[in-house]
Amino acid sequence: MSERRRHGGRNALLLVAALFALWQAIYWAVGDIALSSPLATLRYTAQLVTGEDFRMHLSDTMRAFAIAFVLSVVIGLLVGFWLGFDRLSGDALEPMIVTVYAIPKLTLYPILLLAFGLGLSAKVAFGVLHGTIPIILFTLGAVRNTRPILLKTAHVLKLSRPQMVRWILFPAAIPEIFTGLRVGFSLTLIGSLLAEMFASQRGLGYLLMNGIGLHNIELVMSVTLLIVVFAAAVSTLLLQVDRKLHRKG
Amino acid sequence: MTTQVALSNVGKTFPASPTTAALHALGPIDLELQRGEFFAVVGPSGCGKSTLLEIIAGLTPATQGSVEFEGRRIAGEAPDSIGVVFQEDASLPWLDVTENVAFGLRRSKLAKDERDARVRDALRLVGLSDFATSYPAQLSGGMRQRVCIARTLVMQPRLILLDEPFGALDQQTRLLMGDELLLMWRATGATVFLITHALDEATMLADRIGVMSARPGRLIDVVETNWPRERDSRIVERSEFGAITARLWKTLREESLKTIGRAVPKPAADA
Repeated sequence: MSERRRHGGRNALLLVAALFALWQAIYWAVGDIALSSPLATLRYTAQLVTGEDFRMHLSDTMRAFAIAFVLSVVIGLLVGFWLGFDRLSGDALEPMIVTVYAIPKLTLYPILLLAFGLGLSAKVAFGVLHGTIPIILFTLGAVRNTRPILLKTAHVLKLSRPQMVRWILFPAAIPEIFTGLRVGFSLTLIGSLLAEMFASQRGLGYLLMNGIGLHNIELVMSVTLLIVVFAAAVSTLLLQVDRKLHRKG
Repeated sequence: MTTQVALSNVGKTFPASPTTAALHALGPIDLELQRGEFFAVVGPSGCGKSTLLEIIAGLTPATQGSVEFEGRRIAGEAPDSIGVVFQEDASLPWLDVTENVAFGLRRSKLAKDERDARVRDALRLVGLSDFATSYPAQLSGGMRQRVCIARTLVMQPRLILLDEPFGALDQQTRLLMGDELLLMWRATGATVFLITHALDEATMLADRIGVMSARPGRLIDVVETNWPRERDSRIVERSEFGAITARLWKTLREESLKTIGRAVPKPAADA
C-alpha cells in the first residue's frame, strides 16, 4: 500500500514536471506575445496573491462557488432521490433533464442575467445550473440500480421503509452519489467562473477577462494557474475518496 | 416428531396483464414439514420452487390455500423465527463481516453483550471468525454466502429457508458448504427447507426430498433418504446414494424434458 502510494506520488511529480517543461517549450515557440514563461508566471502569481485586491476577488468567487455548490448538492440529492423512488416521475423527467444537460448552458446565460441581474445571484444561479444536473442523474441512477436482492433482504429482515432507506438504500447508493458530487463540483466551479467572466465586476473570472482586455498576459496566466491548481487539487482528493468508496462496493 | 409447517392446497396464479395471459405457476401443494428435519426440493427450472419458498417466507402471498407455521397462519408477513438465504450474494458491501452478521439483529432489542455473543457464535459456526473485520469484496463467493447464512443464524430461526444458496459456487466448494450446512443444521436444531437444482446435493443433505413437476409445480414424489443425523459429504460413497439420486432423476427426467421441449418463449412471469 505505502509502496503504491510512493509510486503515485512520484508519478504525480513527474506529471507536474512534464507539464512545466511543455509549458516552457510552448513559451519558447510562441514568445511573450501569447504566453508568459513558467518562472515569470510564478513570480507574478506570488505578487498577485499578496496584492491588495486579490483577496476581495478570491473571496467573491469562493462565496459564489460555495453557495452554488451547496445549493447544487441539496437540490441534486433531493430531486435525485425523489426521481429514483418515484418510478413514474423518474421515467417522465429523466429524458428532459438529460436534454437540458446537453444544451450548451452558456446560451441560457443572457436569460439568467435578465432574471437575476448582475452580481452574486446570477453567478450562483449559473453555477447551480451546471452543478445540479449531474448530481440529480447520478443519484437517480444510484437509487434505481440498487441491487434487488438487497431490497429483498430488507424485506426478509422486516425493515420498515425508513429503516430500509437509511440502512440499505442510502449506504448502497453512496459510492455512485459521491461520483455525482465529484462531477458536480467541477461543473459548478466552471459555471460560477463562466458567469464571472461574462458579467461581473469582481472575482477571479472578472480578473481573467480584465487581463485579456488589458493584454496583461502574466495576469491571465497567473489566474489560470491558480484555478487549475485549486480544481486539480480538490478533484484529486475527491477522486481518491471516490475510488476508495467504489473499491468496497 | 411434531409438525412445524403445514401447507394445504397452496397455489399461485399470476394474474393476466395487458401483455400476458394469466399464469398458473404453482400448486396445489400439500406438505408438512416436521420440526428439525432437513427437507430438500428439486424440480425442473421454472416449476415454481422459488415461488413456493417465497410463499413460506411471507415474501409473496399464495393465491389459494393456506400456510401454517407452528400452528399460526402466515399471511403477508412471516414471523421472526423464519430465516431466509438466497442464491444471490446478499452481503452488504459497505459493512465488514461482523457488521454484516450483526445486521440481522439491528431491529432487535437485545442487550449488546447478548448481541455480540450471538454474532461471535454464528461466525464460529460458519468458520469465519478469522475474517471478522474483512469486507465482502475481500472474500470469495462461498465465504460471502456464509456471511449471509450467519446473518440468518444470529436471529436464531427455527425454520431456515435456503433458495439455491450454493447455486453460484463451484462443485468442490458446494460439497464443503454442504458439510457446513449439515453441521449448522445439527448445531441449531432448526428445520431446514432447501431448494436446489442439484440432485446429488439434495440426496446428500436431506432427510426427505420433494420432487416437483413442471409448471404448474406440484409435488409428484417425496423420497426418504433414511440417513443418520450425524452425516457429511462422504455419504456420497454409499450405494444408496446412487440409488436415491437415480430415483430422483427417473422421476424428474420426463418433467425436465417437458420444460426444455417447449419451443415457445417463457412468459414474463417466469422471471
